[in-house]
Amino acid sequence: MSERTFLLPDVGEGLVEAEIVAWKVRVGDVVVLNQPLVDIETAKATVELPSPYAGTVVALHGNVGDVMEVGKPLIVFEVGGDIGPAESAVGAEGSGPVAEGVGRTAVLVGYGVADEEAVATRRHRRTAGDSSAPTPVGAPAVATPGLAPRSTPPVRLYAKQHGVDLATLAGTGRAGLITRDDVERALSSSPVPGARPSAPITGPTSTSRFVGRELESWATGPKEERIAVKGVLRSMSDAMVQSAFTSPHAAVWVRVDVTRTVELLASLKQHANLSGVRLSPLTIAALAFCDAARHFPGINSSFDNATNEVVVRRTVNLGIAADTPRGLIVPNIKDADQLDLVAMASALDVVVDKARNGTTTPNEMIGTTLTITNVGPFGVDAAMPIIPPGTGAILAMGQIAKAPWVVNDQVVVRYVMELAMSFDHRQIDGALASAVLAHVGRFFQDPAPALIAG
Amino acid sequence: MIDEELVQLLTPEGERVDSTEYESSLSGDEIFGFYRDMAIVRRICSEATSLQRQGQLALWAPVQGQEAAQIGAGRALAPTDFTFPTYREHGIAWCRGVPPEDMLRIFRAVSNGGWDPQKYRHSTPTVVLGNQTLNAVGYAMGVQRDGAEEAVMTFFGDGASSQGDVLESFVWASSFNTPIVFFLQNNQWAISEPSSLQTKIPLYHRAHGFGFPGIRVDGNDVLAVYEVTKRALENARVGGGPTLVEAYTYRMGAHTTSDDPTRYRIDAEVEVWKHRDPIERVKALLVHEYKVKATAFDEVAAEADVVALKLRDDVLAMDRPDPLSMFEHAYAASHPLVEEGRREMIELGIGGSSH
Repeated sequence: MSERTFLLPDVGEGLVEAEIVAWKVRVGDVVVLNQPLVDIETAKATVELPSPYAGTVVALHGNVGDVMEVGKPLIVFEVGGDIGPAESAVGAEGSGPVAEGVGRTAVLVGYGVADEEAVATRRHRRTAGDSSAPTPVGAPAVATPGLAPRSTPPVRLYAKQHGVDLATLAGTGRAGLITRDDVERALSSSPVPGARPSAPITGPTSTSRFVGRELESWATGPKEERIAVKGVLRSMSDAMVQSAFTSPHAAVWVRVDVTRTVELLASLKQHANLSGVRLSPLTIAALAFCDAARHFPGINSSFDNATNEVVVRRTVNLGIAADTPRGLIVPNIKDADQLDLVAMASALDVVVDKARNGTTTPNEMIGTTLTITNVGPFGVDAAMPIIPPGTGAILAMGQIAKAPWVVNDQVVVRYVMELAMSFDHRQIDGALASAVLAHVGRFFQDPAPALIAG
Repeated sequence: MIDEELVQLLTPEGERVDSTEYESSLSGDEIFGFYRDMAIVRRICSEATSLQRQGQLALWAPVQGQEAAQIGAGRALAPTDFTFPTYREHGIAWCRGVPPEDMLRIFRAVSNGGWDPQKYRHSTPTVVLGNQTLNAVGYAMGVQRDGAEEAVMTFFGDGASSQGDVLESFVWASSFNTPIVFFLQNNQWAISEPSSLQTKIPLYHRAHGFGFPGIRVDGNDVLAVYEVTKRALENARVGGGPTLVEAYTYRMGAHTTSDDPTRYRIDAEVEVWKHRDPIERVKALLVHEYKVKATAFDEVAAEADVVALKLRDDVLAMDRPDPLSMFEHAYAASHPLVEEGRREMIELGIGGSSH
């Protein structure tokens, strides 16, 4: 009997990490060859890893939700019988033939040796603080024996033309890559007479999110960056352009005293029967918007250019604009008009969680009739949203904040929220839109009767 | 079921269809042979997918769902014919006699090709979309000039049908009346792009615009694919010129192991095509018409498992090639740029121990 370690493979041509979605085996399980072991999610896909061995599971590395590095141990097996030379090549830690002086890993195809610096650079993206992090400015250049300083051909040429020896420079690019800026800095290091130098303003080094990706910081990113328009970004831009240039947008908005909603939600959360139910102003907005549609079905309509008809629907598929790691996506809750408070809260939970986990299916994004976008969590009061194509209206909820409010001619402190709604002015007029928004506003102002009596 | 002009000899339920134009010439033994081919190819594909998921292949392009299109076309070929595949023609490679482990070399990145094209009369896979159709037409023009009675068949998909290379190859094939069959597997998806976006007319209609016949065959019906392709190849060998065969089929799995089709296509569509599975309908025919016993199918499954296990052993035993070996196959003779690249790699200390 001997131990064999299955290293997390690169299942998608150049991936560096994967998240554990579900374990399908436990320690002590006896598995056969190609038996499903674990579901992992990469930047490209969620895939099932089949077992490379027949044997007993001795150890599992990582828990569900953990992000694991490609090439690191995932599962340890105990296998019986003879291990041929071929099998020992599969992730045998430190055993078996060691080729070309580098550790053999399961990721052996098409990418050269795993610890080659160039490979680490290309793959480095989100793992902060590891050995391939940028070398600090001013740190001594580390010469790698036998290898030229790391740079790119145009920069090498530029340096050569200007008499700069790359070996004397410390690269500030990713993983210590020497950039054109580094060469220029070396060239301008002699002070210009008469000019008063400014202290360097580098900006923060923290990254931020943009179009579904991690955007490099002001300090470390390139001066200009181009991002291919595809995937979720492409969907968003297509939908917005289609809507903005086919559907004449108009908007109405209203400020509402939502103190009673805030109080009601606080008291419902204490209720024993509702423990575990995630209730929020979004739950109330979803119920209120559906109720408004039941009273004014015209809002739940779309304009069909192809047939020259307006389509009124008496069922609401309620879209929820979700800010996800991949970008903006709008899954919907089917037949939302049929849901009560608890059902609505759990339906919202499901669609939002799936959107954030990236498991929303195309089915769940088709057939939206009305949409809610909640910009409150971003700390703004209101927004004028673009209507998703093929729908009648979209409701935007602002943040809830204490504000001076007039009650019985007295200025008092109340919780106030702004609601805004964009609508397709081809078939929906201002009177209908105002009636709908006022209905939603009244629901928030006094939610208990609306929830109980409908 | 899909198109009234679709040639079909076997329904998804495994019942024979009377066709005025084509009839099946195959015996029960031959049909069983096709069943065996398809089952083994599917098994090779599933093992290769597992090997990729285990870090042993860089990539794999699954063929699941297209077995009938490939076995029907592959078995219609004569040994002397020559074929130009894409990276997904594992069923064609199987019919040409390429050992399964050789099919995986390029996916394990230990070879730029995998086999000797002359030995199997099957070119190495072309990854650049549509390029192989130009190579094939050029080869077919050579066949004409040799006066040989051979046909050439080239393979591509609905996505590549939009490539300029493919359309240019149609023009040349038509102008010179070359002995070629363009075998288009319309598997409905060019990675994430539906074929309905690629073309506003059925793809086989395009051939008419270039001046040669096009025909659409149920690509999940191995009997129909065999007869249609066989006639097109015979026509090519006797100077009848090119034919476009559109095998209407479906890619049941991902485009490659790097792809996640659930992000762009709906489950309901996949469910519809599951009922049109190319292997199940042949099995139904064999059971009902030829009274083939369950044990015969079990034997094929066991044989496929043996092929898969041998494939696994062979792949795991493949050594990493010397990086310098890649310079050996770029040109037939020495070339100054290639030599410079080789020298630089030696200076950088990459490879070269055995050369």
